[in-house]
Amino acid sequence: MAGTNGNGETLKQSPAQPKKYTAKDFASDQDVRWCPGCGDYSVLAQVQRILPDLDVPKEKQIFISGIGCSSRFPYYMNAYGIHGIHGRAPAIASGVKSANPDLTVWVATGDGDALSIGGNHIIHALRRNIGLKILMFNNRIYGLTKGQYSPTSELGKKTKSSPFGTIDYPFNPVQLALGSGGTFVARSMDRDPKHLQQVLLRAAKHDGTAFTDIFQNCNVFNDGAYFLYTEKDTRPDNVLYVEHGKPLVFGKENDKGIKLEGFTPKVISLKDGKHSISDVLVYDETSYELAVLVATFGDRPGFPMPIGVFFKADRPSYEKMMTDQIEAVTKKRGAGDLDKLLKSGNTWTVTAN
Amino acid sequence: MSKTIETVDDVVIRFAGDSGDGMQLTGTQFTNTTALVGNDLSTLPDYPAEIRAPAGTLFGVSSFQLRFSSWDILTPGDQPDVLVAMNPAALKVHLKDLKKSGLIVANTDSFDDKNLALAGFAGNPLADDTLVDYQVIEVPITKLTLNALQGMGLTQKESVRCKNFFALGLMYWMYSRPMEPTEGWIKQKFGNEPKIAEANDKAMKAGYYYGESTEVFASRFEVKPAQLKPGLYRNITGNEATALGVVAAAKKAGIPLFYASYPITPASDILHNLSSYKNYGVKTFQAEDEIAAAGVAVGAAYAGNLAVTGTSGPGAALKSETISLGVMLELPIVIVDVQRGGPSTGLPTKTEQSDLLFVMYGRHGEAPAPIVAAATPADCFHMAYEAARIAVKYMTPVYLLTDGYLGNGSEPWLVPDSKELPTIPVTFRTDPENFHPYARNENNVRPWALPGTPGLEHRIGGLEKANITGNVSYDPDNHDFMVHLRAEKVAGIAKDIPLQEVYGEQSGDLLVMSWGGTYGAVRSTVDRLRKKGYKLSHAHLRYLNPFPRNLGEVLGNFGTIFVPEINLGQLARLLRSEYLIDVVQFNKVRGLPLRSTELEQAIVKTLEAIPANGKRS
Ligand SMILES: Cc1ncc(C[n+]2csc(CCOP(=O)(O)OP(=O)(O)O)c2C)c(N)n1
Ligand code: SF4
Ligand SMILES: [Mg+2]
Repeated sequence: MAGTNGNGETLKQSPAQPKKYTAKDFASDQDVRWCPGCGDYSVLAQVQRILPDLDVPKEKQIFISGIGCSSRFPYYMNAYGIHGIHGRAPAIASGVKSANPDLTVWVATGDGDALSIGGNHIIHALRRNIGLKILMFNNRIYGLTKGQYSPTSELGKKTKSSPFGTIDYPFNPVQLALGSGGTFVARSMDRDPKHLQQVLLRAAKHDGTAFTDIFQNCNVFNDGAYFLYTEKDTRPDNVLYVEHGKPLVFGKENDKGIKLEGFTPKVISLKDGKHSISDVLVYDETSYELAVLVATFGDRPGFPMPIGVFFKADRPSYEKMMTDQIEAVTKKRGAGDLDKLLKSGNTWTVTAN
Repeated sequence: MSKTIETVDDVVIRFAGDSGDGMQLTGTQFTNTTALVGNDLSTLPDYPAEIRAPAGTLFGVSSFQLRFSSWDILTPGDQPDVLVAMNPAALKVHLKDLKKSGLIVANTDSFDDKNLALAGFAGNPLADDTLVDYQVIEVPITKLTLNALQGMGLTQKESVRCKNFFALGLMYWMYSRPMEPTEGWIKQKFGNEPKIAEANDKAMKAGYYYGESTEVFASRFEVKPAQLKPGLYRNITGNEATALGVVAAAKKAGIPLFYASYPITPASDILHNLSSYKNYGVKTFQAEDEIAAAGVAVGAAYAGNLAVTGTSGPGAALKSETISLGVMLELPIVIVDVQRGGPSTGLPTKTEQSDLLFVMYGRHGEAPAPIVAAATPADCFHMAYEAARIAVKYMTPVYLLTDGYLGNGSEPWLVPDSKELPTIPVTFRTDPENFHPYARNENNVRPWALPGTPGLEHRIGGLEKANITGNVSYDPDNHDFMVHLRAEKVAGIAKDIPLQEVYGEQSGDLLVMSWGGTYGAVRSTVDRLRKKGYKLSHAHLRYLNPFPRNLGEVLGNFGTIFVPEINLGQLARLLRSEYLIDVVQFNKVRGLPLRSTELEQAIVKTLEAIPANGKRS
């Protein structure tokens, strides 16, 4: 931003000061090719909207993806990007981040990309707490290959590759991320743009791996998979917005809450005269135990689907420890000298005679 | 008592025992001392895939062969002159390799009924006539070690464990080597276990003085230093040399080294070495699998590091899809394949040359990648350096092939001065003016543009690229163009690599053509035959894709091409398809280096079959 000095002269913008961007600055010149109505559009829009608030210049942002509809994401961002291969985005991104920790590294991945073929890389990225912002576009289907079931498809779901219904139990991505040691684990929805923006902004600012499970509608192969949670009339009774320091209440009139009886969560009515708001569990996103428990709600009959930031912990990131270790060893041993290294070990000299 | 010292100029010793007997350590100590004495040397460690196979069994035998000489040698030798057998199984496994009338030093204490049965001996070979063709020296090594360590307050087990140092001391005496280097090593290694240090030291000295003072040894030997080229030497294994080669290349290129890998025999030592070079700015990443390691390397390359990923056959297979991506992205990545016996887990601790066609063709799509191969353990340094030079200059994945024999084997290395190494110029694109990610220079090479550079924001990916802009393109003609372009870029590297040299006459009836780790065996065999008056020449390939640009001409200058390989004829196949010529194959796939005796016979047979006009029918 331009300012003035004491004499009223305009000061040139300092190059160190990041330029103030708008969402448009992050749109590339490539035509977006998702099906009209696809939930991916919303995720793209929300990411482009929050980036100006990060104060990170666009040359320091990099988007890395695997393969799938959602993995076309990098092409549409005016930033650096790699459209990788199926499932391997976290590995490629880990290479970028450890080679240059200064970059803000995003991973765009699908439910199949991240949890099926790339399952190994996802859990290890989370375990290492390497600074990747992982956006998992969870449409509970294989979009790009035209509609086979995915590792998040519900049991019994009929798809092209399961005409009689699937016999595979699905993953709960939030549980998986928590079990893998994730230090920022969240869930949001394509059709709740405000919430998605808030979560993404927090994910972007998190130091370490940030995993966001994003409910995304594939209107071609799995239309309405999340309408119960995303649509106006059904959302209030079926979605629990999890927020740090707030009681776990939901319902059209905030008339329901979650109570903990021993280790067992119960849905209570705040209107039945027996319970009041003081019975309701207050959420604490720093509690791993609460996160693990609340993450199961979506799979419990009669419970609302939890959405929000489940867990956030501060733990040194992989890239920080990598840098620190190199510094510490260099301090102890002195900066390496190539000729000394080549000539180390047991050496002897042969003289001419 | 003083004994006569006989001067010999070439000795092959094999130490063999249980995998728990410390034979690798014994061999390594003897090697290091021998290097310091100034002999030329070559080693062949051989150990089972099991970490601690049951004691006394045949499959649990571990050995370390070392050849040392007062002249320039190229192989660890086919047949040992001396076999140190710590138990009957070791004798059983290795006897067939020993030279007739060779020397056996046997630890008689281990030749009990149980061990003899485990080794499958009907009787005691030390007592019957099994060993009539050999000189046998019986030494109760275990007992003598226990005696020497009496009163030190060690447990029986701790004392017995020192017996390999007794054997080492005995061999030091026999070949007139100094004990000081190992003394120093023991002190360092067991610094915080002074008692163990003292015990090992004592055991070694007991072995040495046993040789000196008993009647069993009639004479001892001396091997004078070799006349090597003047300069500073160190003994180095192929894996150490590979690690140093990429460190040197990164330093000369002025970019950080990034090594991503997943442990696998026999490549893990490269990871071990590089992970200790943190103060050289080396980043190492132990990935969750080889697919991840290759992916991490792709990312590190995009971010501007010298990305290297090392593995062996099974891991090379896993990396394949990602290396195709590397070809499409045109990023510099060095993939090291320390080949081992396959298929599948095959012979994981043994050597083979069977991944040549895999690295040549084992990628989907038309995905050309340069291949270089090291000839000797020390040559791993130079070829690793070359692989890195080619990768960054041509923005391409490059394979470096070494093998288990080169990786674990060692030889003296004339250490280069870093100033003498070729430069590796690297320029990162910074100018946004007219920047296109897939624009090309005169070598068809695209710019290296790093994330973080203002104004160069761009996307790359596995989908086909439009020439110059790098945007996604499904255009049929563009794809055809790009497939050709990528192939031409790699083929064009031929003008940037040395011409193929021929050892011996530049034309004639027979050319022996080898590649990779068989160099020593082949060159020494060719030499021996030439000394015997046979007419033949030798060419050893270190560049396998592209081939040196004069290779066709070289092949055309000889009537018959003889191609020995530790596979079923992979180079032979490449030569036939590339140059439309036939070649004579020699293939032995035993998990071991080629034996010069066998090779010699095969070459002689081929020579004798060549008609007088020099042309085979
Ligand atoms: C190695 C490999 N196997 C299979 C495929 C085919 N493939 C491409 S995308 C995909 C699944 C995509 O599903 P998801 O990750 O959920 O992404 P979506 O398209 O739903 O966004 C598959 C199986 C491939 N490209 N590469
Ligand atoms: S197939 Fe589904 S996920 Fe893919 S672009 Fe179309 S709507 Fe979106
Ligand atoms: Mg999907």
